[in-house]
Amino acid sequence: MTYHNPPTTPRKSATFDDYTLSEIRRAAQTGIYDIRGGGAKRKVPHFDDLLFLGASMSRYPLEGYREKCSTSVVLGTRFAKKPIELKTPITIAGMSFGSLSAQAKEALGRGATIAGTSTTTGDGGMTPEERGQSKTLVYQYLPSRYGMNPDDLRKADCIEVVVGQGAKPGGGGMLLGQKISDRVAEMRTLPKGIDQRSACRHPDWTGPDDLEIKILELREITDWEKPIYIKIGGARPYYDVALSVKAGADVIVLDGMQGGTAATQEVFIEHVGQPTLACIRPAVQALQDLGMHRKVQLIVSGGIRNGADVAKALALGADAVAIGSAALVALGDNDPALEAEYNKLGTTAGAYDDWHEGRCPAGITTQDPELAKRLDPVRAGRRLANYLKVMTLEVQTIARACGHNHVHNLEPEDLCALTLEAAAMARVPLAGTNWIPGHGGGGF
Amino acid sequence: MRTIDLAVTPLRELNSELHRQSDGTNEAQWEILNPRGQHAVAVGVDAPIKVAVRGPVGYYGGGMNKKATITIHGSAGPGVAENMMSGSVVVKGDASQYAGATGRGGLLVIEGNAASRCGISMKGIDIVVRGNIGHMSAFMAQSGHLVVLGNAGDALGDSIYEAKLFVRGSVKSLGADCIEKEMRPEHHQHLATLLDKAGITDVKTSEFKRYGSARKLYTFNIDNADAY
Repeated sequence: MTYHNPPTTPRKSATFDDYTLSEIRRAAQTGIYDIRGGGAKRKVPHFDDLLFLGASMSRYPLEGYREKCSTSVVLGTRFAKKPIELKTPITIAGMSFGSLSAQAKEALGRGATIAGTSTTTGDGGMTPEERGQSKTLVYQYLPSRYGMNPDDLRKADCIEVVVGQGAKPGGGGMLLGQKISDRVAEMRTLPKGIDQRSACRHPDWTGPDDLEIKILELREITDWEKPIYIKIGGARPYYDVALSVKAGADVIVLDGMQGGTAATQEVFIEHVGQPTLACIRPAVQALQDLGMHRKVQLIVSGGIRNGADVAKALALGADAVAIGSAALVALGDNDPALEAEYNKLGTTAGAYDDWHEGRCPAGITTQDPELAKRLDPVRAGRRLANYLKVMTLEVQTIARACGHNHVHNLEPEDLCALTLEAAAMARVPLAGTNWIPGHGGGGF
Repeated sequence: MRTIDLAVTPLRELNSELHRQSDGTNEAQWEILNPRGQHAVAVGVDAPIKVAVRGPVGYYGGGMNKKATITIHGSAGPGVAENMMSGSVVVKGDASQYAGATGRGGLLVIEGNAASRCGISMKGIDIVVRGNIGHMSAFMAQSGHLVVLGNAGDALGDSIYEAKLFVRGSVKSLGADCIEKEMRPEHHQHLATLLDKAGITDVKTSEFKRYGSARKLYTFNIDNADAY
C-alpha cells in the first residue's frame, strides 16, 4: 500500500522569501550587485512609533487659528556673518543635477523659495537654473568636487561639507553611464557615458583635525560670511556630532538610513547605517554635553513624510529637518497616473527605484531630454510649495495642541512611544508607563 | 609693492585685502612675510596679481587660486593650490600631501618633492614636480597633466580617467587601470610646452614615459572586480 502524505498549503520560506529568491536569480544572471535609488525599504523603528500626548489638565493648548505659533528658524549663528532665516523648519536636501533633470532641480528651487526655505545642490555642481530659482541655496562640498569653483562657493548662501549620507555612510556617489549626458559630463569633467563612481573620502583632508583646517580655508575664501554645515550619515551620531562641533560646524545635518540616494548598491542601502529615529537623541545629547544645543543647529533627515514626522524630530531636539524623497514625490515621482509606463519598466507606481537608469517616466530622475520635458518646473514647484506649506501647518497644529507658541518649544516630554524599541531609541516613555528602557522608571 | 607681515597682521586681514583686488588693480605686487606655517594663506585670490610668500605655509596655501601668480619661498603643507582654477602657484621647497588636489586649471610647480596623493582627483590643472612624488598620486585624476622629473611612488594613477602623466624616473607601481602609453609627437610637444612654462630647461622630453587610463574600468564588469 502506498502512503500519500495529506496535502498541506504550499508554504514559502520566511528566510528565502520571494524578494530574496528574485535577488539571487538576478545576481546569478547579471553578475553585478543590485543598484537602485531611494533609501532603506525595510521596516525600521520610525516616527510612526511615537505619539504626541497633547494638552490636558497639566498643560493648556493654544487656539488653532488665533494664537500664533512661529515656525521660523535661523541657521548658522555660531560663526557665520550671514546666518540664514527660513520661514519653515523644513528644508530641501541635497540632490544633484545629473541624478535629477535640470527641470527637477529648478522645480525644487521654485518650490522651496515659495515656501520660504532652502534647497541644496548635489554631487554635480551648481546649475544656473537652480541658483536662479532658489532664494536660499546650500552648496554641497563633496569628495568628488565635481564642478567645484570659488565663484559658485561665493554665490551660495551656505556651504555643506558632505562627510556622509544616510543611505550609504562610508560610500561615495554613483552615476551610471546612461545619465552622463554631454552637459553632465562637462560639469563633472568626465568622459561621456562612463559609469561614474565618486570618491567616498575627501581628497585633501582626513579626520576632524584636518576638517577644521578645511573649514578655515572655506571660511577664508568666502570671508566668513556663509554658514558652514557638516552633513553626516547615521553611523555613530554621538561622536560624529561631537567631532563636527569640534571641526567648527555652524550647522550639522544628520541623515538616517531611510534617507535616499540617487544610486547605490542595495546591500549598502539596506545594511549600513542606523535608522533616523535612533540617531537623533545621541546627536542632541552630544550637543547638550558640549553646551552647543541650539548654538550649533541640527537638521535631521531620512524618512520625513509629514508634519507629524517633522514635529517629532523637533521635539527630540532637532532645529530643522530636510526632505528629499518626499520632495520628489511632491514633484510627481512614482505617480500612479503613470502606472502604464512604470509597468513597461517592469515595476509599479510607488515601487520605482531604478533612478540610475535614467528612464524616469515623470521626467525627474533622468537626463533624457524628452522625458525631462514632461516635468513643468513651475507647476511642479507649486506642488512642492503646497506640500511644504501643508507640512508646516501640520507641525503648527501639533505644537499648538501641545501648548507651544514656537515649534522649537516641542520637547521629548510631549511624546510617548508605542514600542519598546522606539522608547529606547527616542528616550521617551513607553505609552501607558513612565518607563524609558535603559533609563529606569517604573510602570503605572 | 604691498607688504603684509603675518607676524603682526591677522590672516583674516591678509585674505580680506587680497580679495579686494580685481582685474586692473594697481596693487599688483604683494609680499607676505613670516607665514610661519599658517594655514589658508592667500586662498581664494581672484585677480592677476603677484604674491610672494617669504617662508613656509601650512595647509591649503594658494587654495582655489584664480589668475594670481603665487610663489611660496619655502615648503608647503597639505593641499597646496587645491582646486586651483587658473594662474600659477610655485613652491620653491617641498610640498606635503594632496598638492594640487582637484585643481581645474592653472599651473602648479613644485621645485622640491611632493608627498603622497599629488594631483589627486585633478580636473584640468597642470602640475610639474622637479623632485619625486609619493604614493597614490593622480588617484582618480580626471583631466590635466602631471609631470614628474624624479620618481613616482606606489599606485600611480589609480582609477585614473583622462589625465596624462609624464614621469622621467622610475614608477614603483601603477594603480588600477593605469598603463604606460606611447609617447607620440603631440605628447613630446605638449610636454615641452609644460616644461618651458615651468622654467625647466635641463631635461629632454625623450627622457619621459607617459602613463594614462586603460579605460577598462569605465563600465561595470564583474570580471574586473579583482582590479580593485
